[in-house]
Amino acid sequence: MVEVILFVIVALTAIAGAVTMVSVRNPVYSAMGLLLTMFSMAVFYVMNNAHFVAAVQVLIYAGAVMTLFLFVIMLIGVDQVIDTDENIPFQRPMAIGLGGALVFLLVIAARAAWITGRSSGVCSIDCNGTIENVSEELFGAWLLPFEATVLLLTIAAVGTIALAQFVARPRLVDATEDEQ
Amino acid sequence: MTGWETFLTAAIKVLAAFSLLLTVVILVVWFERKAVADLQNRIGPNRAGPWGLLQTVADGVKLLFKESVTPRRVEFGLYILAPIAALVPALLVFLVVPIGAPFTLGDRVIDLSGTDLNIGLLYILALSSMAVYAVVLAGWSSGSKYPLLGAVRASAQMISYEAAMGLALVPVILFTGTTSLKGIVEVQAGSFGGFVPAWNVVLIPSFLIFFIAGVAETNRAPFDLVEAESEIVGGYHTEYSGFRFALFFLAEYINIFNISAITVTLFLGGWHGPTFGPVWFSWLLPIFWFLLKTTLLIFVFVWIRATLPRMRYDQLMSFGWKRLIPLTLLWIVLSTLAIGVRRMGLPWT
Repeated sequence: MVEVILFVIVALTAIAGAVTMVSVRNPVYSAMGLLLTMFSMAVFYVMNNAHFVAAVQVLIYAGAVMTLFLFVIMLIGVDQVIDTDENIPFQRPMAIGLGGALVFLLVIAARAAWITGRSSGVCSIDCNGTIENVSEELFGAWLLPFEATVLLLTIAAVGTIALAQFVARPRLVDATEDEQ
Repeated sequence: MTGWETFLTAAIKVLAAFSLLLTVVILVVWFERKAVADLQNRIGPNRAGPWGLLQTVADGVKLLFKESVTPRRVEFGLYILAPIAALVPALLVFLVVPIGAPFTLGDRVIDLSGTDLNIGLLYILALSSMAVYAVVLAGWSSGSKYPLLGAVRASAQMISYEAAMGLALVPVILFTGTTSLKGIVEVQAGSFGGFVPAWNVVLIPSFLIFFIAGVAETNRAPFDLVEAESEIVGGYHTEYSGFRFALFFLAEYINIFNISAITVTLFLGGWHGPTFGPVWFSWLLPIFWFLLKTTLLIFVFVWIRATLPRMRYDQLMSFGWKRLIPLTLLWIVLSTLAIGVRRMGLPWT
């Protein structure tokens, strides 16, 4: 019973954060809304006995990613007027339609076991914390995909640095020609 | 254990931990002022109470009664939220630190820590990564340029040194085989040959890196560019006054105590130390050892502040990224090799 009450409160908080994020004009408040949603998700993980995932969620998303977002927002400055023109034709009807489709999919997904996968039932080692469980899965059954992901991320990081270091040669074009 | 008992134990533990923190902060501030005064050949506070012990209390009361000025250009919601966001993680981090030997009450064993989390170390890292929000929000919502500069500096600095801090903990986890702080303290029990305590001192590079990153995370000298008075007035808390400023101040000193306590727990044997005498005395001694070691580290904080000048911003960044993090990575490789050989033998045997 306590869990249901807690779930309802945290779920409402998560939704409130998400709505805040998309509806508020000021990007700093948007970031705060997203932060609220991320914290609520961490609470969900704890409620599902996935303490490790919860800690990593707070550490990575709330701690690192959102801080970077805020950093960028502050660097750019938030005083500029934000362009609120809607450029895509039929933007609002399309959004409503796609949103409805998403809700439909979510309802189906929540009802069908073949999408969410079977419940694992009893944990193999120790449910609390689950570092052991996560690492056994990650470094046992899924070692190759895990290493492939590591390689992919390394390539991305190296590529970013290479692109940032790349100095473009000034083009030998007349300035007047360039303007046309 | 029934639900009510669990609830009651938790409530008492949390209350005890928070009261301990708030009491300790008063002493830490007094200790810092006295120690810095001694190091600079001054007398320091000596009027309020014996040896000036009540100076911090007097300052706190003064801040409480002062007007909380709200400048006109602030974003009020975030402006109010920032001091709270500074204090809450500082208070929460301490809950996983064991401060003494567990004792038995009736038929139950009670740990002297708020709770023993299986993911203790990750919990500490996660919460200390929250500390940056307070600084960033305070700086931005003040609507003034010096706080904003302080906030931009803070976010870059704290992200940089958080990486070194987290990496420095990897050898600790590998060496002890657990991320629970209770487990880490238990590993450090006993001694080598009867007199050298079996603390994690073999991890001394981790200890140094963690402590340096800790000083940077708490924005203390020589890494206090975030609130460099000579450059950006007061940094992120320039526009705060009265009780709101007191909350920032409180959070900073709680964080100093936290970093010292965590370092003691991870590397200096936690509450382990020689115990003797009657039962109640040998139960009190571990708490004493823990507080003694923590006080020594707090003194190192103060000592560094009194000795080193403030770094320049580019020095700070190049030290963090070009020295500290590569060094930490090298240390991880070396220690992993050593731990692997220790556990599984040489690869050719």
